[in-house]
Amino acid sequence: MPIMAQRIPALAPERAAAIRAAYADVQRAKRLRTLGGLALLAFACLIAAWMAEVSPAKFAEGIPRFFNYFANLVPKIGFATFATDMAEWYWGFSRWMRLLFDTILIAYTGTIIGALIGGYLSFVAAETLTQTKWLVFVTRRFLEFCRTVPEIVFALIFIVAFGLGPLPGVMAIAIHTIGALGKLFSEVNENASLKPVEGVMSTGAGWHAAMIFGVLPQVLPNFVSYALLRFEMNIRGAAVMGFVGAGGIGQELVTAIRQFYYTDISAILILIIATVMLVDIGTEKLRHMIVGEGAH
Amino acid sequence: MAGIRTVLLDRARGLPPEHQALIHPGWRRHLVPFGVVFALVALFVFALDRFGFTFARIFGGIEQLGWIIYFMVPPNAEGQFLFFARALGETVAIALLGTLIGAILAFPLSLLAARNVMTNRIVQFMSRRTFDAVRGIDTLIWALIYVNVVGLGPFAGVLAIASSDMAGFAKIFSEAMEATEGKASEGVRSTGGRRSAEIAFGLLPQVMPVLISQVLYFFESNTRSATIIGIVGAGGIGLYLSDTIRTGEWQQVSMLILMILVVVSVIDVISTRLRFAIIGKRG
Repeated sequence: MPIMAQRIPALAPERAAAIRAAYADVQRAKRLRTLGGLALLAFACLIAAWMAEVSPAKFAEGIPRFFNYFANLVPKIGFATFATDMAEWYWGFSRWMRLLFDTILIAYTGTIIGALIGGYLSFVAAETLTQTKWLVFVTRRFLEFCRTVPEIVFALIFIVAFGLGPLPGVMAIAIHTIGALGKLFSEVNENASLKPVEGVMSTGAGWHAAMIFGVLPQVLPNFVSYALLRFEMNIRGAAVMGFVGAGGIGQELVTAIRQFYYTDISAILILIIATVMLVDIGTEKLRHMIVGEGAH
Repeated sequence: MAGIRTVLLDRARGLPPEHQALIHPGWRRHLVPFGVVFALVALFVFALDRFGFTFARIFGGIEQLGWIIYFMVPPNAEGQFLFFARALGETVAIALLGTLIGAILAFPLSLLAARNVMTNRIVQFMSRRTFDAVRGIDTLIWALIYVNVVGLGPFAGVLAIASSDMAGFAKIFSEAMEATEGKASEGVRSTGGRRSAEIAFGLLPQVMPVLISQVLYFFESNTRSATIIGIVGAGGIGLYLSDTIRTGEWQQVSMLILMILVVVSVIDVISTRLRFAIIGKRG
């Protein structure tokens, strides 16, 4: 092979030096940028630490208390008295389970209401499906508002309007779900094929019929998948609704933490974690069944 | 119009039985979907009843809500603007520090949970499960606990954000590590590099962009979480928010919500820009 045998001509020294210098320049610029970024970050952290009243002394003082606190959470369970110890740890089991059931139900109801309203609005918010530009714009801003204001803030306001209890909790979660699902759904809608819509429209059908028969069958599996994902997040959200008096297990947890009923805290936390995990596993299975492997 | 179905069904009668079953599948095939929908609706109705959704209560509440919105306009800080702005700054500070501390603590943990770094299956599996468990605890719960540990104030908020983020980060980081190519690590090993060198030079450069963009995403969402942890006394604007709602100073409430919306969207824009600048594309 003559090509293999050919020697690569040596680079002229001044050319090599120029290339080397250019490389060094690029590298220096890159390093400078990285260092500059890090310096900026460090500066931001210093300001943030000052604003957030971070003090190393307070932190050092807090460390033993921190470990004490978590050590206190562990119940005393003896091997010989296992059954009675467990019974004592979970003394409020039936009551907590009832509240936990309420929490799940709050999440469920909120998710359903949110998915229905958000689902309807998602068609209006899809650029490809709604021709009226201002309507798309207004709907999108509304959805943005719904998901940016934290649900607990909605809950606080709804408690004033509707009174204490799970009802304002459900409505707060529903509003937040409208915003979150409305956006995700509208993205799915925009990816849907327009051919079936044209087909339905060509028979003289109105906008609603075109959406129901042209788009909905294409997007429904994705809708259900996203709604299940949201349901799981809403359970977490519903678990803290009780903090402000909006029903569910949160009320019991907040009392336990404020009154330093250590073993109650751990008992309730474990129940919440177990519930979230079970729902997590369950919804994941369902989602894979509905949209196949590789779901979001 | 009404004829189409009849015509189709008439034609179907002439078909061989196996084809007929496809066109006219019978009630059995509808049983499961109908059953599922019925169960979902029944549970929904049960929940509405259990939670006291009555027309009187809903309409009464909506009327109240209408008044509240009426009282909210126009937003007005009523002389408290500087206090609100300071609290909002504190909120962003809590989010920034919490996110960074969470990310830094999560990094070594994520090595434990990545299948291609931690070869011990039991440790790998257990750490994944632990992250899942910790992730199940909401930031607000952490905040309440830390208020007991380090006292009221924004420091408790920082720790709360860091704790709840740590598990989320560790999970995402470890997944990013598992998605990397093994070739680079192999190359480092072939030159005689140790395990630590493999991770530092073979694995890290591949995952760094993903990690940074995730940190930015978390920072965005933490700014939202940090606005509410003040409700339990862990610093930030949440305290003003819950106080003004409880005392019914609605003009201040709407001002606070407006300020939060502005700051959150500004932070979204900044972090999106940064993400583009650091990783070059949407990631």
